[in-house]
Amino acid sequence: MSVRRLASEQPESFTLSPENLAWAEKQLLKFPEGKQASAVIPLLWRIQEQEGWVSEPAIRWVGEYLDMAYIRVLEVATFYTMFLLAPVGKKAHIQVCGTTPCMLRGANKLIDRCRERIHPEPFHVSADGSLSWEEVECLGACVNAPMLQIVPDTYEDLTVETLDKLIDDIEAGRPIKPGPQIERHHSAPVGGFRALTTPELYDGSMVGQGAGLAAAREAIAARAAAAEEAARVAANPAPAEPPVAPAVKAQGEADKEKVPNQVNQTVPASDPAVRPDAAKKE
Amino acid sequence: MAKIIVDGIEVDVPPDYTLLQAAEAAGAEVPRFCFHERLSIAGNCRMCLVEVKGGPPKPTASCAMNVRDLRPGPNGEPPVMLTKSPMVKKAREGVMEFLLINHPLDCPICDQGGECDLQDQAMAYGVDKNRFAENKRAVEDKHIGPLVKTSMNRCIHCTRCVRFTTEVAGISELGLIGRGEDAEITTYLEKALSSELQGNVIDLCPVGALTSKPYAFQARPWELTKTESIDVMDAVGSNIRVDTRGREVMRVLPRLNEAVNEEWISDKTRFIWDGLRTQRLDRPYLRVDGRLKAVSWAEAFAAIADRVNATSASKIGAISGDLAAVEELFALKALIASLGSANLDSRQDGAKLDPALGRASYVFNPTIAGIEQADAILIVGANPRKEASVLNARIRKRWRAGNVRIGVIGEHVDLTYPHDYLGAGPETLGEIAAGKGSFGEILANAKRPIVIVGQGALSRDDGKAVLAAAAAITSAPGRDEGWNGLAVLHTAASRVGALDVGFVPAEGGLDVAGMVSAAGQGALDVLFLLGADEIDTTSLGSTFVVYIGTHGDAGAHRADVILPAAAYTEKSGTFVNTEGRVQIANRAGFPPGDAREDWAILRALSDVLGHKLPFDSLGELRKALYAAHPHFAAVDTVRAGDIADVAALASAGGSLGWAAFANPIHDFYLTNPIARASAIMAECSALAAGQLAAAAE
Repeated sequence: MSVRRLASEQPESFTLSPENLAWAEKQLLKFPEGKQASAVIPLLWRIQEQEGWVSEPAIRWVGEYLDMAYIRVLEVATFYTMFLLAPVGKKAHIQVCGTTPCMLRGANKLIDRCRERIHPEPFHVSADGSLSWEEVECLGACVNAPMLQIVPDTYEDLTVETLDKLIDDIEAGRPIKPGPQIERHHSAPVGGFRALTTPELYDGSMVGQGAGLAAAREAIAARAAAAEEAARVAANPAPAEPPVAPAVKAQGEADKEKVPNQVNQTVPASDPAVRPDAAKKE
Repeated sequence: MAKIIVDGIEVDVPPDYTLLQAAEAAGAEVPRFCFHERLSIAGNCRMCLVEVKGGPPKPTASCAMNVRDLRPGPNGEPPVMLTKSPMVKKAREGVMEFLLINHPLDCPICDQGGECDLQDQAMAYGVDKNRFAENKRAVEDKHIGPLVKTSMNRCIHCTRCVRFTTEVAGISELGLIGRGEDAEITTYLEKALSSELQGNVIDLCPVGALTSKPYAFQARPWELTKTESIDVMDAVGSNIRVDTRGREVMRVLPRLNEAVNEEWISDKTRFIWDGLRTQRLDRPYLRVDGRLKAVSWAEAFAAIADRVNATSASKIGAISGDLAAVEELFALKALIASLGSANLDSRQDGAKLDPALGRASYVFNPTIAGIEQADAILIVGANPRKEASVLNARIRKRWRAGNVRIGVIGEHVDLTYPHDYLGAGPETLGEIAAGKGSFGEILANAKRPIVIVGQGALSRDDGKAVLAAAAAITSAPGRDEGWNGLAVLHTAASRVGALDVGFVPAEGGLDVAGMVSAAGQGALDVLFLLGADEIDTTSLGSTFVVYIGTHGDAGAHRADVILPAAAYTEKSGTFVNTEGRVQIANRAGFPPGDAREDWAILRALSDVLGHKLPFDSLGELRKALYAAHPHFAAVDTVRAGDIADVAALASAGGSLGWAAFANPIHDFYLTNPIARASAIMAECSALAAGQLAAAAE
């Protein structure tokens, strides 16, 4: 970041286009009476969309329109780096992301290319006045790094070659495609998916076929049967001992022996039987 | 009330107190840069960090957290705040180190040196080494007018100046542009500040970023003699501190007085001091063959005695000026009375104020602090912003507190706060007094209304009727018990004192207009002007004019004898402000050359004239004064006017005229002889005129 000042050369005056003025009037209705100054950021943003940048007459215009002191508008305009305070390229102002993920994926090369093709310094318009560039902080498209933004769209997965092509197209006035500049759908994996690729997962043929599903059905049936049995027993309390009990207990005892690291709680911890490995060491 | 333990001392404070206030209540000192009692809380300097238990486990900015925000302990113990713990010390040292990263080490050439908050606090929390190896930032200095000098490298971004101009002065001109390290304080495109209170940002600035431009490189604070005194530039009676080096006044600073000026003073009060050095009358002069010639005191007195003895008492008159202290008014009145004349007057502007109607008829009865209790304010024929800037800040403070309507009858002016403009002349006042219109209803239903009547509405033929109409509004039924809302706003520091001592025509005497026209017609032989420069001195005919004053202004140019006197910083004098508060200005230096204190001149002159005044010292004079007018002895207090006088005034009535009210002051910076002698005031005046012209385009 650097000191942000108003440009030395300013236009004579500023007027908002009739459509934008109608839009601005609607914005004012969003805020309570006397609090219309809250609309300063949307208004400056719309002015920047219209003019490409925020000029000094525009700041004064906003101050008068919103009944704010000029200095209050200037404070906002200089605080937010998204407001451009100097004229930018007529066709595009290219904002190249230079934050870590983009930098690791080669943003520096893109910036160098911008220096070569547009202007050696950021915020300066190219010789024919059509382009300008700046380095910006993260724009939140790291998965498509490196990327750049030409408001309102982003252009991603760039290489020096695709950047060249992009600049060529802008200069020639050809339409440009926002989003990834390689074969890629948004931020989907490059070169296609690599997991969950089995086609049957998506054609419906697996529905109701899984082994797990069968097991779940069996468990549900068993639970229903057990509940039925319990209801029947409660209705006829004849046998003193449940017939299944001895079998369950026997199974439990058998399981205990199978589990090797189950500690016998009746002997002290110092007993060599509890920790056979410790005894071995001695 | 909420309990809190500050450094082991338990205090009981209101729950809306900030931790900083609670610390002060417990006697603990908390350093601060951005926090100021009279401004909104910014919380951006981080110097006031404290450690709390019952709140965030990190150092907390004590200015921005309330006592009620802290939780009690598990067993209901009060929350604990530590202001001297090792954590606090370390945190503040960290903040200070960050502040000093970009602060230049130019204290030896900085005007704030010796009275700098940063310097002082660096002694407690500064570290002796700088770990920041990069270059310090460099910021261009901004031009923000002829009074405030900027040195923006020194700025620590506390934003006190921005908050002061926006909140107290009511002009949104200063702002903080940019962000982070690149933040800068500036006005929009470096336009000069337009406030009459802008000088206060110099006091508010905790570092040397905003300093006084006229005072730049003039003196160091430790070589100045400080004298507590009273300002006479307007009738507010702001409490000031006059700093002198040797005989010269080097600067004027405000003094805290909650009842009068809080801690603000106007620019005229602050920057007038160069006018005390120029155009001074430093020896007696006598007009010989149409030219003023320097003479001795004895020769001057002899010339006066010749003239006085050659005329009759009824052909002698005296007019007092706006800067005269009560002592010399008392002495001059006694002298004129002993000469047998009834012609004396203090109301240079011809205001229809009469001490015979009671003190309540000519003072600001609700008092300045009482403005904060008002629920409706009507301003008639005044522009308080120019006539009493500090008082205007008080009205603005009341407006900021909400629930008040302010109406204006008279000229359409920018008062720095929104108001209802009701009309230009007395007919509107009549309608309002009759309760007509929405504002008339508000005023009729108000419990504590204030009607501020300016000299612009009183110094007219129908001034008495205007005053009666205002009194009728304030004394209408339904007001709170004891509320006296009639507020006469004076512009002259001496006026209330003069009316208190009865410096008005005695039975059958001439008033100012009468004396001036009598002089023009040759019906007045000798006229004493006690610093009176605001009258039409060109139409005094062939009258023998004795001018007792300080500056070579209009009165001295016309005078036949000039007796050099002492200015307000050079004498001990009593002044009564517009609310009737008696205050004593102390002597900060001695008058130049042969000039003497006014009362001593009058005492010496009385001896030559053969009517020796009965006092030989200031003490004796004051004794006689207090015997005649006991309320002058009660210094720093207001003797309230009798509310019955206001009711009597209201019933007097009178017919209102038609002409629109005209405000008495149009050039704020050039209202008295001292201001007219000041180059700084002249520059400000030219700038203000240019801004006005630009605004009119």
